Amino acid sequence: MKHKLVVIGAGMASGRMLEHLFEARESSEAGDGFHVTLFNAEPRGNYNRLMLSPVLSGEKIYDQIVTHDADWYAAQCVDCRFGEPVVRIDRAARTVHSNAGAVPYDALVIATGSAPFIVPVPGKALQGVCTYRDLEDTNAMIAASKPGTRAVVIGGGLLGLEAAAGMAARGAEVTVIHLMGHLMERQLDPAAGYLLQKDLERRGIRIHCKGATKAILGVEKVEAVLLEDGTVYPADLVCMAVGIRPEVRLANDAHLDVGRGITVDAQLRTSDPAIFALGECVEHDKQLFGLVAPLYDQARVLAATLLGKDATFKPVQTATKLKVTGVDLFSVGDFADAPGREDIVFRDPGRGVYKRLILEGDRLLGAVLYGEITDGAWFFDKIKSAEDISALRDTLIFGPAFAAGGSTANPLAAVAALPPEAEICGCNGVCKGKIITAIQAGAATLDAVRSQTKASASCGICTGLVEQLMALTLGDAFAANTNPPMCKCTDHSHEDVRRLIKSIGLKSIPAVMQDLGWKTVGGCASCRPALNYYLIADWPLEYVDDRQSRFVNERNHANIQKDGTYSVVPRMWGGVTTPAELRAIADAAEKYAVPMLKVTGGQRIDLLGVKKEHLPAIWADFNAAGMVSGHAYAKGLRTVKTCVGTEFCRFGTQDSTGLGIKLEKLLWGSWTPAKVKLGVSGCPRNCAEATCKDIGVVCVDSGYQISVAGAAGMDVRETVALITVTTEAEVMEVIAAFTQAYRENARYLHRIYKWVAKVGLEWCKTQIEDPVVRGALYDRFMLSQSIYQTDPWAEHAAHPAEWAPIADLTLRAAE
Amino acid sequence: MTQMIDIAALADIPRQGARVVKTRHGCIALFRTADDQVFALEDRCPHKGGPLSDGIVHGTSVTCPLHAWVFDLATGLTQGADEGAIRTYAVRLEAGRVLLDANFLTRAQAA
Repeated sequence: MKHKLVVIGAGMASGRMLEHLFEARESSEAGDGFHVTLFNAEPRGNYNRLMLSPVLSGEKIYDQIVTHDADWYAAQCVDCRFGEPVVRIDRAARTVHSNAGAVPYDALVIATGSAPFIVPVPGKALQGVCTYRDLEDTNAMIAASKPGTRAVVIGGGLLGLEAAAGMAARGAEVTVIHLMGHLMERQLDPAAGYLLQKDLERRGIRIHCKGATKAILGVEKVEAVLLEDGTVYPADLVCMAVGIRPEVRLANDAHLDVGRGITVDAQLRTSDPAIFALGECVEHDKQLFGLVAPLYDQARVLAATLLGKDATFKPVQTATKLKVTGVDLFSVGDFADAPGREDIVFRDPGRGVYKRLILEGDRLLGAVLYGEITDGAWFFDKIKSAEDISALRDTLIFGPAFAAGGSTANPLAAVAALPPEAEICGCNGVCKGKIITAIQAGAATLDAVRSQTKASASCGICTGLVEQLMALTLGDAFAANTNPPMCKCTDHSHEDVRRLIKSIGLKSIPAVMQDLGWKTVGGCASCRPALNYYLIADWPLEYVDDRQSRFVNERNHANIQKDGTYSVVPRMWGGVTTPAELRAIADAAEKYAVPMLKVTGGQRIDLLGVKKEHLPAIWADFNAAGMVSGHAYAKGLRTVKTCVGTEFCRFGTQDSTGLGIKLEKLLWGSWTPAKVKLGVSGCPRNCAEATCKDIGVVCVDSGYQISVAGAAGMDVRETVALITVTTEAEVMEVIAAFTQAYRENARYLHRIYKWVAKVGLEWCKTQIEDPVVRGALYDRFMLSQSIYQTDPWAEHAAHPAEWAPIADLTLRAAE
Repeated sequence: MTQMIDIAALADIPRQGARVVKTRHGCIALFRTADDQVFALEDRCPHKGGPLSDGIVHGTSVTCPLHAWVFDLATGLTQGADEGAIRTYAVRLEAGRVLLDANFLTRAQAA
């Protein structure tokens, strides 16, 4: 005879509890098991509520966040009553009543969750006021968040900021009103709150701290929000995200013991022994629960209790992370100022990194990390284990990589240093040991690890950590999918080195070699140019180009030829020249007895066979004629090839020549991972061959089709469409931003098509389509150009002696 | 007998770089390492004649700019799989000046 189990509420906590129950049934621990009736007020089953923020921001769709679909419920024989709210519990008759009738129970689980707190101000019921709790709220915000919509979010906590970032990502103009002095004051100290505010403001979100809402204004529909200080923010949508309160109405009506939440004991039993409760609606030991980790723990305990096994719920500390793409913050433990407490603080304002550890005696008490959070799990472990950290104290803030010793510092060291009980997945309370056991038992893919352990299956922030554990455990088997080291001087891959340069803040080649444990003195001809490039790209203001780490062509600003002579290519903007320039080229060719003059594929003229000592003089002559270096030798912008467009061509739709010249004037001088060639064609006949360039523009009547990742060398590739825009200004911004994304992320010597194949065109599109991200990329590109857009020929032509032999002994007589 | 000729100030050679001395028997590359050691070698790779003075200097080695052969600056021997050697010349640092042994000028004639 099966027990009749009725569950009210199909949220994440009750969903997890049912999983545990059914797992037990499969392993036949539970005899006949339960017949489950599941009520839910929402007209759907269990989905991952934590993932509503990515749905709101457009990074995911609802189908991707469903935890239990109809097939799952059917397979488990759950009687689903979705969209059927429970109206009454009859404890005496042991029945649950909905408007459709009564269902009897042997055991009842109340999992009604929480309801958003509505700020009791005038106008709170106006059309256009919503909360942020379920899919309906999310869809309402998505529908309202059109570009230009003005949205006001009341509440600068976790939920409010995720709502704000999500709507901003969809183009809404968002203002956040927060009562306290800084954002997320329960999780962050003022310094980290300030960094967060700056980051969000950079994304175009307006933040108003110390703002108390006085009224929501409007006739039928929301029109504005009025604050106590008199400020008025016009609004088409108001989202209240000031907090939640346990949903206890059913329990109250049934006369169960209720404090702030439904009172439960350590077995999740209410004051009625046949009734249990779990999730955000309960109060245990005077505590309420809002984060998912303790709720999952309750689910485990309650399933065991229902199965007649001993289990005890004991709340543990949980860490907080914000799910806003591109904002990294982590906080755990106690970080309030108090007597006897000390801080270790690390700040790098340039990178927006802030780390603070709070110590009491020899124990780590709390940690707040902003901008760089990879060491969070390690600090959390030190807090939970309460171990004596006095021996580590000097370098504690640098994390496990440093604790393991500089020479072994590698990205896996941080994970390797964690003990087996260290928590990797905070949402699901999965520790390192459990993940490693699963991997050793055959879980060889991320999906397999997720399905077997649940690690990284909820908010997903720990995915990187899980992958690192796989790399650690599987060794070569996993390494087969990863990158080889940069060169024989190091074990780090290009990607790791790039990341570590940024995350550790390494700003010189010796610093990189020292901190990343280079195995050679002074590197080699392979890694030095790569490091020099990475440092130029990442620290345009601080790093000084190391000419001696440049390959000969870039060091000498000309291409070396097989006989040690050089080729010289002056820049011809867009391939357009003048009689005066041609005359200067002809004069130089005669004056320096240039053996060959040749027209290049990029619409330039190449002077081949110039002696090294003549380079400064020939450059000076070209400078005098108004020409600068054509960078034909550079891992940088080479040429923008154009057709004649509307200027002369009867088919041209736009001024492709003019646009090509503008693009070349925008991009010249920039250093990139490998050479970059552009083409701009004035119509789809594509005479500039734009669709086999690194970046190509094809003009059409209605605008400009920008495509990327072409190649016409060792590999031949057609470009793929990136975006179509309507103005020249947009073309310029998109191409500068895309080039900057390439500069910041690609490995050295990878052409754009190789890089795009790695990161995916979709990722590139997200960078370009989001106006905030694109604008920031553009700004960083222009910042770099403010330093590097200079003519190297002019600089070196001023010191011709350095290009000649240092001494000439040919005339010195032998004795 | 060694005849040392004053060539230039150490500062005239860039760190991790090289400068060239022209002679009747071909060019000699004067290398300066990151830690200010100075070496003098024939400026011609035995592979295809590349100018080693335009190579990247790393540690006490130089990589040829044409096809990336690597030479030990102290011995002139190739490193790795490539086989070959280049001539080295005696060189000395004195009071910030670089002195080169010029005996080869006469010896080469005699040889």
